[in-house]
Amino acid sequence: MKKENKTIRPEIERRAFLKNCSKTLPSLLFLVASFDVQSILAQENSSYDASKHNYAMGINIHKCIGCARCADACKTENKVPREPHYFRTWVERYVIPENGEPIVDSPNGGINGYPEIYEKRNIDSTFFVPKLCNHCINAPCVQVCPVGATFATEDGVVLVDPKWCVGCRYCIQACPYGARYLNPTTEVADKCTFCYHRITDGKLPVCVEICPTQTRIFGEKGKKSSPLRRFFKFNDIHTLKPGLNTKPKVYYAGLDGEVI
Amino acid sequence: MLTLIIPLLNSIPGLSGYIFPNEYELQWSILIVIYPYLTGLVAGAFILASLERVFKVEALKPIYRLSLLTALAFMFIAPLPLLAHLGHPERSFEMFLTPHSSSAMAMFGFVYAWYLMVVLLLEIWFDYRKDIVIWSNEKTGFMKYLYKLLTLGATDISEKAVAFDNKIGKIITIIGIPSAFLLHGYVGFIFGSIKANPWWSSVLMPIVFLFSAIVSGIALMLIVFMITSMIRWKSISMKCLNKLAELLFYTMLVDFTLELLDFIHRLYESEESITILSQMISNRLFISLIITQIIIGSLIPMLGLIFGRFGKLPDELRRMIYFISAILVQVGIFSTRWNVVIGGQLFSKSFRGLTTYKLDIFGLEGLLVSVVLLVAPIGILWVLTKVLPPWDTDAEVAKQVKDMSADATTESI
Repeated sequence: MKKENKTIRPEIERRAFLKNCSKTLPSLLFLVASFDVQSILAQENSSYDASKHNYAMGINIHKCIGCARCADACKTENKVPREPHYFRTWVERYVIPENGEPIVDSPNGGINGYPEIYEKRNIDSTFFVPKLCNHCINAPCVQVCPVGATFATEDGVVLVDPKWCVGCRYCIQACPYGARYLNPTTEVADKCTFCYHRITDGKLPVCVEICPTQTRIFGEKGKKSSPLRRFFKFNDIHTLKPGLNTKPKVYYAGLDGEVI
Repeated sequence: MLTLIIPLLNSIPGLSGYIFPNEYELQWSILIVIYPYLTGLVAGAFILASLERVFKVEALKPIYRLSLLTALAFMFIAPLPLLAHLGHPERSFEMFLTPHSSSAMAMFGFVYAWYLMVVLLLEIWFDYRKDIVIWSNEKTGFMKYLYKLLTLGATDISEKAVAFDNKIGKIITIIGIPSAFLLHGYVGFIFGSIKANPWWSSVLMPIVFLFSAIVSGIALMLIVFMITSMIRWKSISMKCLNKLAELLFYTMLVDFTLELLDFIHRLYESEESITILSQMISNRLFISLIITQIIIGSLIPMLGLIFGRFGKLPDELRRMIYFISAILVQVGIFSTRWNVVIGGQLFSKSFRGLTTYKLDIFGLEGLLVSVVLLVAPIGILWVLTKVLPPWDTDAEVAKQVKDMSADATTESI
């Protein structure tokens, strides 16, 4: 038996085995090194398929308490200049008297609160309206950009490429909602991105996450599992300036006719 | 810091009602006022030149070449205010390399390039080619080489070659007229196609821009013609001046009617934005629109032109009236541009508030730079007239004077 075994199994000498090992080990290392390590680490992101998403936002005006934590958090998260005239999102206060014109204001986007109003007239209603880029389906800003720096992504978000924008401000003029501004440090157009860096990572936009009353609902249009579905089902939905046919993707529940 | 600024916000003078927070900063400054103003002068001067060439308006012959050079001089400067206004001027060439086909502004780059390269430069070259060849033989020193360079190697000035030049020149002019219409109509479209802005969004905008361009171009040529004749101590052709004044009056009439139509139409339709627009006109734009544009810039010069052209006046007085009217027209057209560009940004898109524009004196978007941009074309024109003298030779002038006196005798008969 012993003899037979010896003939079947080819004998590898220890020395030869070690010698072969010393040859294969570097080549194995080379093989591993030739993989882009970064691409392996970033696998979580590359598995993100934009074509499978269609983001939108719902805003329930009845729930908003005007704390403007959303506007504040947005400035921190997206490095928006702290000066009062640059906002990706802001909160407007409406005070509608029985007779006469409504009083509207949004001092510093609402971040530092609102001054008291001593109104002699009877007040019909008061409410707060958070505003942001509407990520329109027919976005006028995308249409007018002379170099295509503003574009709509496959997952339905309108973005600005800061490395491509020439800073002509045509998009700012074309936006009917005043949602854009020229960033004074980068000298390019800037606006809400739905926190694109967060949503493609499976997180919520920071304004949605921080809202204490769940005024803002973030989700996907046309997905059964999306929280937006419930929002659409139980509310009357309106968009801003529908007559301009921009087809906004920020949907409001409880929108008063006075809100423009 | 912020606690200091915020209470101040509500008390900024000139702000009234509610404007969106991002609207405090006016996006398009005086530089964007100058841009359509200069472009309008280019288109207007060119259209005037083509009247002589294509429609054979003989009276305008003395200013044909001068108009072309004026158009060219203003054309060189016209894109500069746009460039200076960009946040990233170094990326401006992307508009040509990676243009976005749905953008009115991107396509304008090509319209501009077409007009400058194909229409203006070619027409001037073909028109001057014979003279350039002659000058390249006559002159000495640096100028000789400059003219030699300008001939681009085409030195044949036989009768056949010159006839060919004329034929091509005419074809270019015929292409040039719609191109000039396109150039300034397009500037109007850049504003008129912005549906977000009710002050701009109007189908009449390109047409109003076009006619105001022709008005400003004719008025400019009246001024340039009179001043250059004065500097050169030459007697001015009254026939040409009268024709210019006539044309100026007719185009002003059309322009004024169109603008009035636009105004009445808005008022009658009385859309959502009418309240804020009326407030803007009566508060912010009262001086620049009602006083400067309509009264000083349109009505007074129109009356002046009627009186100057059709009244029985001595030539001296006539010239003075024409000159003052033409200057007033320039003021009027400049305020037209101001009222469109700045006016369109003085009200909020919330339709609830008005903002204000404060013109700086220094800085890239200030008054001084603007004055430089407005004066620079005149300097360029001076250089151009030195290199390519647009004036008739004395023999030609003598012939014109003879024709004029012949005309005068036939008229008196």
